[in-house]
Amino acid sequence: MSTDVDVVVVGGGPAGLSAAMRLRERGVSRVVVVEREKVAGGVPRHCVHPGFGMRDLHRLLSGPHYAETMVRRALARGVSLLSATTVTSCDEGGVNVTSARGTQRIDARAVILATGARERPRPARGVPGDRPAGVFTTGQLQQWTYLEGLPVGARALVVGAEHVSFSAILTLRHAGVATVALVTEHQRHQSVTGAGLVARTWGHAPVHSFTRVVEIIGRRRVEKVVLENLMTGRVWSETVDTVVFSGDWIPDHELARRCGIVMDPGTLGPASDALGRTSNANIYAAGNLLHPVESADVVSLWARDVADTVAAELLHRAEGTRPWVTLGIEKPVSWVWPNRIIVGHAPTRLRLHTESFTSARTLQLVSSGHVVAEQRLRRTTPNRSMNVASSFVDALGEASATIRLR
Amino acid sequence: MSGWRDVDVAIIGAGVVGCALARELARFDCSVVVLEQATDICEGTSKANTAILHTGFDCVAGSLESRLVHRGYELLRDYAAAANVAIEATGAVLVAWDEDQAASLPALAEKARANGYPESVLVGAHEVYELEPHLGEGVLAGLRVPGESIIDPWSVVSAFATEAVRAGVELCLGTRVESLEREGECHVVCTTSGRVRARWVLNAAGLSSSKVDGFCDHHDFTIQPRRGELIVFDKLSRALVNSIILPVPTKRTKGVLISPTVFGNVLLGPTADDVDDPGATGTTREGLERLLDAGARMMPELLDEEVTATYAGLRAASEHQDYQVRRHEGENYVCIGAIRSTGLTSSMALAEYVMELMRSAGFDAASLPAPPVPVMAPLGEGQRRRYLDNELIAVNPAYGEVVCHCERVSAGEIVDALKGDVAATSISGLRRRTRAMNGRCQGFYCAARVVAMMIEATGRVASDLTGLPR
Repeated sequence: MSTDVDVVVVGGGPAGLSAAMRLRERGVSRVVVVEREKVAGGVPRHCVHPGFGMRDLHRLLSGPHYAETMVRRALARGVSLLSATTVTSCDEGGVNVTSARGTQRIDARAVILATGARERPRPARGVPGDRPAGVFTTGQLQQWTYLEGLPVGARALVVGAEHVSFSAILTLRHAGVATVALVTEHQRHQSVTGAGLVARTWGHAPVHSFTRVVEIIGRRRVEKVVLENLMTGRVWSETVDTVVFSGDWIPDHELARRCGIVMDPGTLGPASDALGRTSNANIYAAGNLLHPVESADVVSLWARDVADTVAAELLHRAEGTRPWVTLGIEKPVSWVWPNRIIVGHAPTRLRLHTESFTSARTLQLVSSGHVVAEQRLRRTTPNRSMNVASSFVDALGEASATIRLR
Repeated sequence: MSGWRDVDVAIIGAGVVGCALARELARFDCSVVVLEQATDICEGTSKANTAILHTGFDCVAGSLESRLVHRGYELLRDYAAAANVAIEATGAVLVAWDEDQAASLPALAEKARANGYPESVLVGAHEVYELEPHLGEGVLAGLRVPGESIIDPWSVVSAFATEAVRAGVELCLGTRVESLEREGECHVVCTTSGRVRARWVLNAAGLSSSKVDGFCDHHDFTIQPRRGELIVFDKLSRALVNSIILPVPTKRTKGVLISPTVFGNVLLGPTADDVDDPGATGTTREGLERLLDAGARMMPELLDEEVTATYAGLRAASEHQDYQVRRHEGENYVCIGAIRSTGLTSSMALAEYVMELMRSAGFDAASLPAPPVPVMAPLGEGQRRRYLDNELIAVNPAYGEVVCHCERVSAGEIVDALKGDVAATSISGLRRRTRAMNGRCQGFYCAARVVAMMIEATGRVASDLTGLPR
């Protein structure tokens, strides 16, 4: 069985839904969003706290409300939504899916990958020890609590101190779990100013800086977590029955990698320009698959640009391959996006992540051994992307370049 | 099971050896119970190994292990095919990284021949790189062992247990053996859930085998648990590895290997550290770092991939270089102890061998027609997975409803595993039977739903499943 559409969007989260509805607004007639969960909406479905929709919908919504709104709007604009349907592989001519209706081929003139990002779980972070129950990621914890209503535990330690880590405290509190502490290997938390104070006073959860998890102990259930202060060498343990590994996002990039498009070594998502164009002219990407991670409203706004590009290129597809250059990175810059720039197409935005806190430094663009652009940069925070004026890469010629801090 | 029971055979332990014994005995007209202290089969050494079907090329020549691995290889290969257990004949290449190792390869080839395996071939560095182009620099030579294969270790045990249970063997889970007493020809096995009087007792207690042997006043060996830590890499690394990449073994260990798995991942490990605590199945920072160091030399590109899981298993090693399988004269008791890492391969041959020992000691139950071999769910990447099986999805749409996205496990498979003859009773048991939650996200996407499905299907309480107080 096979279906023929104009655009197939893989993933019904903020990016996928936003791109799909924009495509319909741009006059693309057959737009299908394939969502593997029963209910579309993506990660916001289980983020039961306000803070969604500000920049794209101009309303302040909770995550689930935002997800519902996005789905409703997409359907109202004539987007076809195939939920509980898994894309098993994709190529430049469409996708193969499976569902309760069996396997199916969806041929499409363009594919947009919007598969999102996930938090690195414990094994990927190399945390040793026993393997008891009670170890979560925030996403898992939220679904556990809000979608399934399952019991969590009594006392929790949150690993990580970025935006989502503080969201984990909210979920834990809702589940009746006391958060004992947040731990981060960095010198301080990486969320908004005041988040640490709120966590300490309202949540009774101090942020332990320069601290890493040495070992998780427990037979059936987590019993305690051994911690180490990396500066002083002090080792101590916290008696908890729950550990939440938060943040440390990685794109869910399996489909992207398997379809053979060029990947970026920094973001670990597809190499793309600011309009979601990848190394394959028929395959585009949008959302946190490209830049792990931006907030839902930002993702949704940027996905509109991808959709505009797809709509335009469906009408006037560029002939042959477009010459492009890559934007590489040097530590402590951990990624930059866009990381692929089509020659002659200046990016509309530029985002940058660093792996550690850095004080005010000079950002340099190095091409063919020469510094071709320089700019002062205020201090950077790990796990938070920062804006760099996109004019910074105007000097880019036809050779690839590297972005570094000096 | 409670109170008193009279049976013909009591098997202690429901690991791969105990379940193979149960399956073998199910072909005879006798009553059999399997006593397992854990709440599931396959909870000890059998659940955490390197998942390799060994040819036995590097065994101690002339040993019982060599003989049984050789025989067991053929038996299990054929059984896996019949039971739809994933198996892939990837072959192996043993790699020499220094002059000493290179010099020892001809002797290893000779040893392989002595072990009844003449197919190994010495190869030069160039050919090693042709076989495994992603190996790091510094390969000097290699030894190809074409017969080494990879297998789904969990489904093997499940298949044995399922076949046995369907043929009438009683599986008593959560039943720990506390003592053994002679009573004439019989033994009385005292367990945490009652007493069993058995004409025959088979000790397949794995890490506890020497302890159980002690209950019979035998002290032929002492189990020295040897911990092996392993790292499982993301499926996207599978393309880096064509076959099992072995180091040159030492007397103590086969060393750190890189192996594909039938599930499409790549394994790096194991370490080999003697530990005192038979419950010390945690990983250690030092152990994982050692593995990553070894991996960085063997295949630098592998370390660029994400780690999906880390785990540690304990091998039931002893002070002897060979299995400790023994029936003491005048006793209807057989100890099947010190079954080291080759136990998965040799399991069916061990069962056959134990039957010979029992027969020669007067066990005279009549043979029954062989029960049908159960057909296991296809979990291997080389098999046709349920989510792609249109005929089955047409019959049961739940096979098309993917719940665990990383491993592509369908709702139908999860329900099957919770309702089978040897059903999953724990989250880890469900993981082994379906692969659900075993993938790269480790439950970020699916764990809540899977646990909710488990509660719905079994009526269990969430706190029980997750180790919380009620």
